Amino acid sequence: MTDITTSLPDAQPERVRLPPSRGSRKTRMAAWLFVAPAFIAYAAFVLAPLCMSIYYSLLRWDGIGEAQFYGLSNYVTVLTDSDLLQIIGNAFQLVLYFTLIPVLLGLAVAAAIRSHMAGRFGTITRTVLFLPQVIPLVAAGIAWSWMFASTGLVNQTLKAIGLSSWARGWLGDFVWALPAVGIIGAWVLLGLCTMLLVTGITKIDPSLYEAARLDGARPWHEFRYITLPGLRQEIGVCITVTVIAALASFDIVYISTQGGPGITTTVPGLEIYRLAFAHRQVGLASALAIVLMVLVLISIAPVQWFTRDKK
Amino acid sequence: MKTASPNSLIARGLIIVLMIITLLPFLSMLSAALAPQGTYPNGLQWPSDPQWSNFVRAFEVARMDQLLLSSTLIVMGVVPLSVLIATMAGYGLAKLTSNKYKWLYLVFVFGLTLPFEAVITPLYYEVRALGLLNTRFAIILPLIGLYMPFSVYWMRAHFLNVPHDLTEAAQLDGATRWKEFWLVQVPLARPAIMSLTILLFLWTWNQFLLPVVLVQDPMQRTMAGALGAFQGQWGTDIPLLCAGSLLILAPTVALFLVFQRQFVAALMQGAVKG
Repeated sequence: MTDITTSLPDAQPERVRLPPSRGSRKTRMAAWLFVAPAFIAYAAFVLAPLCMSIYYSLLRWDGIGEAQFYGLSNYVTVLTDSDLLQIIGNAFQLVLYFTLIPVLLGLAVAAAIRSHMAGRFGTITRTVLFLPQVIPLVAAGIAWSWMFASTGLVNQTLKAIGLSSWARGWLGDFVWALPAVGIIGAWVLLGLCTMLLVTGITKIDPSLYEAARLDGARPWHEFRYITLPGLRQEIGVCITVTVIAALASFDIVYISTQGGPGITTTVPGLEIYRLAFAHRQVGLASALAIVLMVLVLISIAPVQWFTRDKK
Repeated sequence: MKTASPNSLIARGLIIVLMIITLLPFLSMLSAALAPQGTYPNGLQWPSDPQWSNFVRAFEVARMDQLLLSSTLIVMGVVPLSVLIATMAGYGLAKLTSNKYKWLYLVFVFGLTLPFEAVITPLYYEVRALGLLNTRFAIILPLIGLYMPFSVYWMRAHFLNVPHDLTEAAQLDGATRWKEFWLVQVPLARPAIMSLTILLFLWTWNQFLLPVVLVQDPMQRTMAGALGAFQGQWGTDIPLLCAGSLLILAPTVALFLVFQRQFVAALMQGAVKG
């Protein structure tokens, strides 16, 4: 990318008449004016609160009374308290469901179809698979709470195929509540990942596959050496989107389980909300918020690095 | 016959299974929504006597008309202004700054992965200090700021692809920067602006965390926020809850069905770039 201030004098001889400094200073002024409104909004409602989050995280404060300086104690609590560690662990367990299921299923579909979904079938597929992306996560949470309810469709199906002993109130079960929440997230993200991967695979040169077949490559080899590398970028996108959705989840958990039973489905997003507004531990909530932000960054960075470098 | 591999039947089968899985929760909600009031219906069972009146009752109980108005007001407050200032900033960053100011762009990009939960606590105190708690502005103003990383990133990516001679031609005509921006750049950016508008509309309409924390009155919230309150109040009345949920998600689904192509394109590009 070249910018106007440096490229203009060479490209447009007429403009050389202007003293270059004046032109560039004007441009710089204009740039600031164009960027300023967005930057002010961003600074006021993201950067400033973020700084306040860091500041609060160093305090012991109930949100009303006098705040006490507390050093890094809140961070120590976040990283040692067994409940909080379990809550952070829950978020990472959700990553397994939110990320693995959509990406693996999406890859399976993409590898099997390997062509444009044209015509009516393609349009219907796209429309249906994108529905979960359009509705609020809250609605997905309500729909699935009903699916997982004791008289819901999941149990109804289990009973119909003779697995009545498996039927249970999934979202109230200490073992199964977290996987159930994970399934909700997987359902939401499944269509998006599938469509991204199906679109991505059509961009792979078909002659690669033909050449591979002439060389007698088996389907697994085609998948391993052509499809996977070819989809590297799309897979990266899917992982990034789904990992963020899992680590920063709030809506689905708030609606479907409220974090229960016990804290088996509590995630950092929900705990921040609880600590800050129900338990009045603003400092601890803020420390958890900062830790969450850093965890998201740390989790995303290798994905970005690994999937972007060679393209 | 290059593309019609023997796998394509399997592929179709897989996709049809995926579609069924996607649709089942909706169908299950619909069947429950039509069950008689006060009963505890089964997962998926077409009721012998579908109670379409449940939807009427849910409409009244949820005060859908007011919710629609509230959500629309919030969207009108957030989306046009966000798109405008993000387009300006994207243009400014792509066309008017040199590499020396790359840091400014990176500051914006930093916010791309920021979970809203990371700033929600201070936002509460900030909004309270501004005296805006429990008003729609408590949702509108923070959302504009929170959308800036993605929106600016998005518009800058568009403007980077606009060839330079266009800018220069406009300058030779003696057009001022501002005029050039409106008369040349904005019309050219229409597809990018359109996609951004769709995405911001969806994200605003479906926003849940901000309304839950910053606005108590469901009637001042977004659709998603109101749905949360509705569940809290009617969570045990399954037919009513399902009818209300379907009503609340109907407007976006209807819009989506009409503008299916644009929505899908926007969501896919949005994921790729975000």
